[in-house]
Amino acid sequence: MKNNDILLEVDNLRTYFDTRRGLAKAVDGVSFDLYKGETLGIVGESGCGKSITSLSILNLVPQPKGKIHGGEIKLHREDEVVDIAKLKRTGKKMKDIRRKDSAMIFQDPMSSLSPVYTVGSQIMEGIMLSHDVDKVEAREMAIEMLRKVGISPAEQRINDYPYQLSGGMNQRAMIAVALASNPNLLIADEPTTALDVTVEAQILELMAELQQEYQMSIMFISHDLDVIGEISDRVVVMYTGKVVEVAEVEELFYNPSHPYTQGLLQSIPKIGRKKELKPISGSVPQIYNLPDACHFAPRCPHRMDICTKKEPPTFDLGGGHQAKCWLYEEGGENNEG
Amino acid sequence: MLSYILRRTMIMIPMIILISMVSFLIITLPPGSYIDSYLANLQRMGGEVEQSRADALADRYGLNDPIYEQYWKWVKGFPSGNFGMVFSEERPVMDVIQERIGFTILISVLTLLFTWILSIPIGIYSAVKQYSFGDYFFTFFGFLGVSIPNFLLAIIIMFTGLRFFGVNLSGLMPAAYMGEPWTLAKIAEVLKRIWVPVVVVGTAGMAGLIRIMRAEMLDQLRQPYIQMARSKGVDEIKVIIKYAARIAVNPLISTVGWLLPQIISGGTIAGIVLGLPTLGPKLYDALKIQDMYLAGTIIFINIVLILIGTLLSDILLALVDPRIRYD
Ligand code: SF4
Repeated sequence: MKNNDILLEVDNLRTYFDTRRGLAKAVDGVSFDLYKGETLGIVGESGCGKSITSLSILNLVPQPKGKIHGGEIKLHREDEVVDIAKLKRTGKKMKDIRRKDSAMIFQDPMSSLSPVYTVGSQIMEGIMLSHDVDKVEAREMAIEMLRKVGISPAEQRINDYPYQLSGGMNQRAMIAVALASNPNLLIADEPTTALDVTVEAQILELMAELQQEYQMSIMFISHDLDVIGEISDRVVVMYTGKVVEVAEVEELFYNPSHPYTQGLLQSIPKIGRKKELKPISGSVPQIYNLPDACHFAPRCPHRMDICTKKEPPTFDLGGGHQAKCWLYEEGGENNEG
Repeated sequence: MLSYILRRTMIMIPMIILISMVSFLIITLPPGSYIDSYLANLQRMGGEVEQSRADALADRYGLNDPIYEQYWKWVKGFPSGNFGMVFSEERPVMDVIQERIGFTILISVLTLLFTWILSIPIGIYSAVKQYSFGDYFFTFFGFLGVSIPNFLLAIIIMFTGLRFFGVNLSGLMPAAYMGEPWTLAKIAEVLKRIWVPVVVVGTAGMAGLIRIMRAEMLDQLRQPYIQMARSKGVDEIKVIIKYAARIAVNPLISTVGWLLPQIISGGTIAGIVLGLPTLGPKLYDALKIQDMYLAGTIIFINIVLILIGTLLSDILLALVDPRIRYD
């Protein structure tokens, strides 16, 4: 793809947590690009760093323990390229980006809106932060927004408090709050995990529709490969804070290259959903003091000698397909990642 | 909402009747009566009292009547504001209460404001800057405030005032002003002293409030809606005040009503030490000498305040939290 199609370049991002048990490298050298208008799925088991990656992009890593230690998060704005990793988290520029360029929706719809303000006022707040409008206009826009996310009758629902809406309706309301600023980048962190399967399908459909309408890029984070497969154009697979495979969605599903991805795919039940990923025997290692080796080695059926001695670099497999695994050594080495 | 308040008020009527009985029971429970302790006191001081005078007194106050008659005699005056006589001062209970209720309420309200105005911002600060130097600093002083007994702090302040500044801080005004009409000079004198009980009683309650506010704040700051607000680009100070503190303060607001009875019972000891013209010390005296109608009335008012306070709390909580409904 051409350079001007890129919205976000994440390069060697490292986000660490200073914990009592030592430095936890929650995100350790993550790199990927996000193109305009695409949906990028980020998948992995809990604790793989996918949520922290998304929070890093908005500079919202939990304080005071978490911190972006290095790397770049380059956001291509209308007339400039900004490295978010270098911005102050409460600084003016960062706020401006959050107001106009980006938005985020979270996992739990019931607790992601303030219980003491109406849905309408929470949408209007976002509108007034991003647009130069007065209260009356903002209210009109908020009603329009509610209509778009399928909450009706919007004129009345705008006065409802979150507790008066169902889980699915709250998730729609949260999407309305997020999209009120008309963002280019929407980060969705497990937005359907708390919902039942039917509502989940509706929300996914709604997000796809709105993406068309707003021409925005979506980073969709989930532990559920099935959902990822449904909504994504490309997929990033993460394990212990590192990207282990990147590929277009069909390529990933038909030709998974990393043994971890292969394990994930085999574990998807054919019928029914909402199963936790229990891919391969063994468990995810703790992210403290990990050795210079492939972190998947203890669970990998293809383990070789070199795997436990040296961390594999990211190999380019062609067509935008990358895998961080020694099996692909002849394929030509990409830069260390 | 209005019908809810009305309903709750109606329920209070039978409860108040019950409370008047219990109050009366409490004050008649101890053996003997005011006359007995009066006689005993006189005898201890070497005075002689003829039995006939004692009998006359007992007769006059109906102390030999059956208990239900005494009770009835007491409560039938309530609707007209007659709460019986203060034996030791030979004047109506209402007079004593009227004399002291003003200062009692003034000191209580000031104490409440003092604790809240300091505790809430400190609690917010401690949560936002958790584990910082400031957080530890306030925690330390908060606990110091709880652990120092009220009366000791009162004595320390009075001693410091007298020893190093040459001012007598006991009471609320110099004796010369008592019973005098209110002048600017008198108000100035009161203002010069009233902070002492406010600080003494206030510091004791502050640590608890700070801890509650801090814990509630920490809890709210972890909620997803905080990150959601930040991701919208809301200013951090607004995230803290408009979002987190707005909800963190609810449990405190809902306890405001419970503080109502403390108007009388709070700060009794400090009141005694400081010689304050409030109701707390008066209740203590009345109980000591079995001045039954005075003690009973103060206890009665106190329990009624608990009822009103609870109702007030429920109404306030419903007002600040839209999730709570009144039906
Ligand atoms: S590098 Fe080795 S151990 Fe790691 S996934 Fe590849 S084959 Fe398995």
